[in-house]
Amino acid sequence: MKLKHLLLGTATLTSMVVTAIPASAAEIYIPLLTYRTGAFAVSGAAIGSGMADYLNMLNERDGGIGGVKLNVEECETGYDTKKGVECYEQVKSKNPIVVNPYSTGITLQIIPKAAVDKIPILSMAYGLSASADGQNFPWIFNPPATYWDGASMFVKYIGGKEGGLDKLKGKKIGLVYLDAPYGKEPIPLLEALAKDYGFELKLYPVPASEAQNQSSLWLNVRRDRPDWIYMQGFGAMNPTAIKEAIKINYPMDHFVGNWWSGGDDDARPAGPQAKGYLSFTFNQTGTNFPIIKEIEKHVVEKGKSLFPKEKIGETFYNRGVLNSIIIAEAIRNAQKISGKKEIDGSDLRRGLETLEISAARLKEIGAEGFASPMKVTCEDHNGHNGAFVTQWDGTKWNKVSDWISPIKEKVNPLIEQASKDYVSANAGWPKRSEPCDKSS
Amino acid sequence: MLYREAGQYKTNYATDVAVFPLREDRIGLAVILLIGFVVLPLTANEFMLQAVLIPFLVFALAAIGLNILTGYTGLVSLGTGAFMGVGAYACYKLTTFFPQVNIIVLAIASGLFSAAVGALFGLPSLRIKGFYLAVATLAAQFFLSWCFIRVPWLYNYNVSGAIEVPSRYVFGVPVTGATATPLTRYLVVLSIVVLMTWVASNLVHGRIGRMWMAVRDMDLAAELIGIRLLPTKLLAFAVSSFYCGVAGALLVFFWYGGAESAVFDVNQSFFILFMVIVGGLGSLTGSFFGAALIFILPIALRVLSPAVGLPLHPSTVEQLQFMIVGALIIFFLIVEPNGLARLWQIGKQKLRVWPFPY
Repeated sequence: MKLKHLLLGTATLTSMVVTAIPASAAEIYIPLLTYRTGAFAVSGAAIGSGMADYLNMLNERDGGIGGVKLNVEECETGYDTKKGVECYEQVKSKNPIVVNPYSTGITLQIIPKAAVDKIPILSMAYGLSASADGQNFPWIFNPPATYWDGASMFVKYIGGKEGGLDKLKGKKIGLVYLDAPYGKEPIPLLEALAKDYGFELKLYPVPASEAQNQSSLWLNVRRDRPDWIYMQGFGAMNPTAIKEAIKINYPMDHFVGNWWSGGDDDARPAGPQAKGYLSFTFNQTGTNFPIIKEIEKHVVEKGKSLFPKEKIGETFYNRGVLNSIIIAEAIRNAQKISGKKEIDGSDLRRGLETLEISAARLKEIGAEGFASPMKVTCEDHNGHNGAFVTQWDGTKWNKVSDWISPIKEKVNPLIEQASKDYVSANAGWPKRSEPCDKSS
Repeated sequence: MLYREAGQYKTNYATDVAVFPLREDRIGLAVILLIGFVVLPLTANEFMLQAVLIPFLVFALAAIGLNILTGYTGLVSLGTGAFMGVGAYACYKLTTFFPQVNIIVLAIASGLFSAAVGALFGLPSLRIKGFYLAVATLAAQFFLSWCFIRVPWLYNYNVSGAIEVPSRYVFGVPVTGATATPLTRYLVVLSIVVLMTWVASNLVHGRIGRMWMAVRDMDLAAELIGIRLLPTKLLAFAVSSFYCGVAGALLVFFWYGGAESAVFDVNQSFFILFMVIVGGLGSLTGSFFGAALIFILPIALRVLSPAVGLPLHPSTVEQLQFMIVGALIIFFLIVEPNGLARLWQIGKQKLRVWPFPY
């Protein structure tokens, strides 16, 4: 033990001083919480790149939005709640206009903080389904659809395949899900629908630690032989489940994943036999849209994208782009309502609350048919918009159904109930104090 | 020169066995407490309090808990995360049943549940040792993790399966929930950690601590001199789990503000175990050093790299940080296998004879 070592050690310890970073003026600060490392990095890199590339494209092509440059900064969460909360605290001091948590765990942590810190949370089709209720969650937005919408669309879709929802009576439907808050979300809705339509719901939970070891679970599936399987999985769990389904000879075209189980890297590793696997999605894939071409021209070809060129246009990349379209349109809307160019979190909250992305507007920005038109209101922070089914053909995803809208009359009561439960469980939950803007 | 014991005479037994025999050490401790209670609250920004100091204190408390078991009694445990979870869920259930009771009292009371569970899973420790005991505690970890997912009563049948911290007030000031300021939460956590560290220090320096250390050094010999192994080991498990449980309750109520079961998985156990090993087995100071190195160093690397103007992408920094922290841990363990606490001791020893070493 030398003194030199000791000095080195003390130097390291003393270097643990955190310096504050000054915020700069005349720009809109958009932090992106991404996870390009860790166990789920495959989807995280695609989503993160999609989000960053679209916003950077707006900077490159138009010099930002409304003449104000966007300051896009990523914070790495590794899909870890601890780091995510740390990221939130880190970006909070720099006046972010919106935070995209990109993990159910992180979203749940920061939902109570959003109203206090006056930062809108955009959890695009993930997070807490109940937060679609704008009266109790004025700062949380989760368009275009909740997991409950997704599950109801699945039931509607298989009802259509069986020849009517009444034909579902007596059928067996399996739910393969990640045994975590995210995976458990669709259960109450599917249970309610099972009662209404008379099908039998079989639950197959996959513990997070067993994501890549599902053989025993699929033995149960083989024994039960459900007519349809819906999967609410994530990360390595998805390809493993598809492989196991192939092993027990389960018909791929009766196996439907939700929108986080339908990435290219979910189906591809399962090999050619995964052909026919179905998945819901609310965004189109491929590069055949002017908006993606613009990104390729202004960002990718200049070498400013972190994503491999040949993978641009994959499901999760395009989903990241859609996430940024919502942010960008909300910024435009907020600038219009507030009359300010440099908006803050409160303005963007108003912008999100009166957001309407019509089919015409989608066409204008070069995303015709890319996603379903969406409309957010004061009461409804979700919109309960449609999605469609895609099928894996061995190399890419193809759209195989029309846009399916959720069974709203079944989903809405659940949202109301869950939102009420959340508020009553959290004594002292603040009443909404923000006035409603008229839709512009 | 400044730090030496010349002229400080010990005239009675009490001063001779004092935890801090040197006046300089006592002054140093007072300065640290002053910084903790006065200077940092006045100067630190929200990020510093919320993302650095509160978690640091929570992890230091958990590390003290594990250190009592592993460092002082020599029983390896991989169930720390689960015992923290027991504390957190107990506190959550307690505040559901008794919303009027002071949350600080409940946070400490929840440690008792954790202690009971810890003692239960400590029962095999009389028959099995070393790696085998580690496996037994690993079983506790998996069993309790399973409970946190499968027993919906624990999270009040919440649809999402997570526990959410309600707002609780102490003397009219919000201390938990979103409206509590980081400063209040920091001061509450700091007070609890200081108090419990003081208790732990008295425990390990007294009769009980000596019993633990005797068991650690050679349990057969300890038995021969009249130490009853089962009560001693179970006490170590109970006290250790108590500390971990309180740390878990603090983690959820004063830092996270809500948690899913994944927070208390086996990775959390390893995280704390690394802190104890790197910090120094059998040292309370080491627990704080370990928590600082394992938890604060990565944050410092992440925050400082853009500040010094390195144009690195956050994900690159993340990868680099894994490599640097990993390398540093190996470095520290090679130059000082007994952990940072030993390094600190050597530093003090050198300072004592400085500038004229002999």
